[in-house]
Amino acid sequence: MTTSQGQFGAAAPEGGALISRPRGAGKRRKAPLSQRLTRIVILVVVLGYLVLPLVAMLEFSTRGNVDPITKQATRSLQSYAAILSYPNLVDGIVTSLQIAVLTVFGMLILLVPTMVWTVVRVPRMRRVVEFLCLLPLAIPAIVIVVGIAPIYRFMGQHLGAVGGSALTLAFIDIILVLPYSYRAIDSSLRSIDTATLADAARSLGAGWPRTIFQVIVPNIRGGILSASVLAIALVLGEFTISSLLSFNTVQVVIFLLGKRDPFVSVAVSLAALAFAFILLFVISRFAPGADRRGQQTAEEPA
Amino acid sequence: MTDSSASMPVPSSSAAAGPARSGAGASRFRGAGNYLALIPFHAYVGLFLVLPTLFVVVGAFSDGSGQFTLDNFRTMFTTPTFVDSFIKSLQLAVITALLGAIFGGLLAWAVVRGDPQGLLRQLVIAASGVLAQFGGVMLAFAFLATFGFNGLVTVIMKNNFGIQLDMSWLYSMTGLAIVYAYFQIPLMVIVFLPSLDGLRQEWYDASASLGGGAWSFWRHVGGPILAPSFLGALLLLFTNAFSAYATAQALISQGCVLITQQIACQMQSEVVLGQENVGKALALGMIVIVSGVMAVYALIQRRASRWVK
Amino acid sequence: MTSTSPSPAATGHGVAVVFQEMHRWYGSVHALNGLSIDIAPGELIALLGPSGCGKTTALRALGGLDVVDQGSILVDGKDMTHVPANKRNMGIVFQAYSLFPNMTARDNVAYGLRLRGVDGATRKRKAEETLDLVGLGQQASRYPHQMSGGQQQRVALARALAIEPKVLLLDEPLSALDAKVRRQLREEIRRIQIMVGITTLFVTHDQEEALAMGDRVGVMSSGRLEQIAAPAELYDRPRTKFVAEFVGLTNRIPGKADADGVLVAGTRVQLLPGSADRGPVQALVRPENVHFAPDERGTGRVLAVSFLGSMCRAQAALPDDTVVVAQMSAADASGLVPGATVNVTVVPAPVFAVAD
Repeated sequence: MTTSQGQFGAAAPEGGALISRPRGAGKRRKAPLSQRLTRIVILVVVLGYLVLPLVAMLEFSTRGNVDPITKQATRSLQSYAAILSYPNLVDGIVTSLQIAVLTVFGMLILLVPTMVWTVVRVPRMRRVVEFLCLLPLAIPAIVIVVGIAPIYRFMGQHLGAVGGSALTLAFIDIILVLPYSYRAIDSSLRSIDTATLADAARSLGAGWPRTIFQVIVPNIRGGILSASVLAIALVLGEFTISSLLSFNTVQVVIFLLGKRDPFVSVAVSLAALAFAFILLFVISRFAPGADRRGQQTAEEPA
Repeated sequence: MTDSSASMPVPSSSAAAGPARSGAGASRFRGAGNYLALIPFHAYVGLFLVLPTLFVVVGAFSDGSGQFTLDNFRTMFTTPTFVDSFIKSLQLAVITALLGAIFGGLLAWAVVRGDPQGLLRQLVIAASGVLAQFGGVMLAFAFLATFGFNGLVTVIMKNNFGIQLDMSWLYSMTGLAIVYAYFQIPLMVIVFLPSLDGLRQEWYDASASLGGGAWSFWRHVGGPILAPSFLGALLLLFTNAFSAYATAQALISQGCVLITQQIACQMQSEVVLGQENVGKALALGMIVIVSGVMAVYALIQRRASRWVK
Repeated sequence: MTSTSPSPAATGHGVAVVFQEMHRWYGSVHALNGLSIDIAPGELIALLGPSGCGKTTALRALGGLDVVDQGSILVDGKDMTHVPANKRNMGIVFQAYSLFPNMTARDNVAYGLRLRGVDGATRKRKAEETLDLVGLGQQASRYPHQMSGGQQQRVALARALAIEPKVLLLDEPLSALDAKVRRQLREEIRRIQIMVGITTLFVTHDQEEALAMGDRVGVMSSGRLEQIAAPAELYDRPRTKFVAEFVGLTNRIPGKADADGVLVAGTRVQLLPGSADRGPVQALVRPENVHFAPDERGTGRVLAVSFLGSMCRAQAALPDDTVVVAQMSAADASGLVPGATVNVTVVPAPVFAVAD
């Protein structure tokens, strides 16, 4: 029978390690060189392709006037400043932002209570709601426009100024954003034990509105935020329906302006893109649960 | 006081997100009442999605005066421009779906192999979210700023290398495909990244401990497991490209080349007698194709989730 | 429950494994702090400790799934420290979810053989034989999602054994299973391990498991090995405060220590090496070594009695309000009811003591 070998015949020495940590220690296990190389090549090629037009847009939109004396091109933000000199453009931006806000609210009011309800009360309908939310993926926007044009004609003729304004686009935009927003909120709902939370709240005396808004919604903040940002991005980028229904949203205005002043068009496009990107990035960095991955199993000590 | 864990029964680990709740024991009336709360949602979707679709479907089978007819379809199948548009749209969709799936898949893999909390991953995901929604108009301008007459690359090539690039390809089908790839690749990243995340580290470790290198793992384990989601993503990319309108419109604003543009042209042009509803027939054709693909996608999703619970 | 020494010479499969002064840092966390262990051929060493103690890090280092910043690993005398995982020929069983979901049990088990170029018919036969060994011969064509957790882990074991590895590594293989399945499976794993005679490292945070399975048990804490010894020795003669408190139940009873031992509950008891040996101390006494004798003039008062089937545990309060737990057979527990007065005594077995 072996006697106990190894260390600590006496009590374990207290205090920290007597060994000083060598440099380079503490890193994750390094992937093999071939994998690292492949990864770098892919990142350079694909990200390069994606970044190139963005860089070009930046360069294009910051071109200043050619100095008549030195014939040198200058850099200037005049294209961005010029955005304000096109009232149509400003109007378009404002209109689109208003539609975006309406879309976000409409989507949340429509989706959140419905989805929560299917989880806690009527699970059988979960499949149905999911199907309906994913249905817009099967029906192209162009088709929706063809079918909905009569409704919009009706609204324009009989519901006065409101009925004819671009804000009514929110109705369709809510439909268009359903698949993406549904996924974002659903993923949040699945990551918490919604049914148990609801039971707990109800057993403590909360009514349904309270349960939904004070208990469940704060816990799916990540999904709600994601869904909202996706809705904003979609509305700002929407062109097909706006143009075919003759509404002047930002994309339509940029399109019309493009022929006359490409510099300003590119400037405002880049600005819209940057805005949406920063929004999404900030949200994903600070909102809990917005990106579900983040729990790596392998490298932790145990 | 430390305790041995022997005597405590331990609940079995089940990963379910939440146990199913039914209205068990509820009276019939209350059960029905639960469904009431779902009416607003269904009414809304019914009015703004289902109804327009029905208009299109019914209209496709009607002539100018509302009578049932199959003439619209006859016209659709016999007019060369219409058939041509369908074919062009399908070709474009297939090619850009493959481009997006391959390069987007590779990018997603490259991102996943990095730090899960790292900056690269978060930047790429945020950027993909935005670029996937990047309107066709903005996209067209982005490429014009790059490859157009005054574009960055054109100017650099001219000034530094003396090469005058001929940029008319940008307005051809090839150019369209390359521009489409710009939103297909990010879409692929968004759709496929979760599947890559679902590849457990344990599988890779197990394969390595049994003697397998990277190639063996991908060939026997990773590949087969990812195949359904990859295929599903491919289908999604297909429908996305097939349904696209704005990009083509911004780059090829004269003419009705793709099927989406054809439908728009039909909507906006003067109505030829006897062909009032051809546009709706074209639209129905699109619905059939896209729904068919989405149905296959749904089936694949169900199958893929069976393994990876 | 476990036999004492297995005889690896009989089967000849075992190899010796040596950890030499292993260090591993994760950022600033010193996950392995000078870990050194000698594992004899055919021996099953159970590494026991709370989460974060480094036991899984040690196992992964042995398997090649993680690097070692300093120190070395010898297997059968050869230095394996820098050998990649797929060349180490070790069988690893993970905690859960490690079976390839796209393959049947048979294909999972045959995977390692396939990578070694074994032909199809031989692969199939060997895989089925190994599945028989773990009692799953009938399930060979099932997929992982069609099996229970216990069955999956058996397949995982079969898969690890099929390649006839030099060392078997088990990383908390039973932690994700039901209690009953756990007990059953752990006996089977031990039985198979002895039969095959393979050197094994078994990592767990469940001490009952560790004590039941290991030829020797190594208790780890904060990256260091506190003590490694046969289960009985670990239990009766802990060498550090951590081991004394972590393994088994302990009472902390105030006492007074001096050169002759410690006076606790009226009994003079020997002190184990490493204890605090002067002045007021807390003696760590096992419940089975505490005795409650019903006595009207006793100083202890019974608080609660739990019937646990073959034995009972009773709690009593001492005059200074310390609560002690005693364990006895059900027969000896008659007369013990809440509120009864008892005389609390301690069996004169050596104890570990910590400063008060």
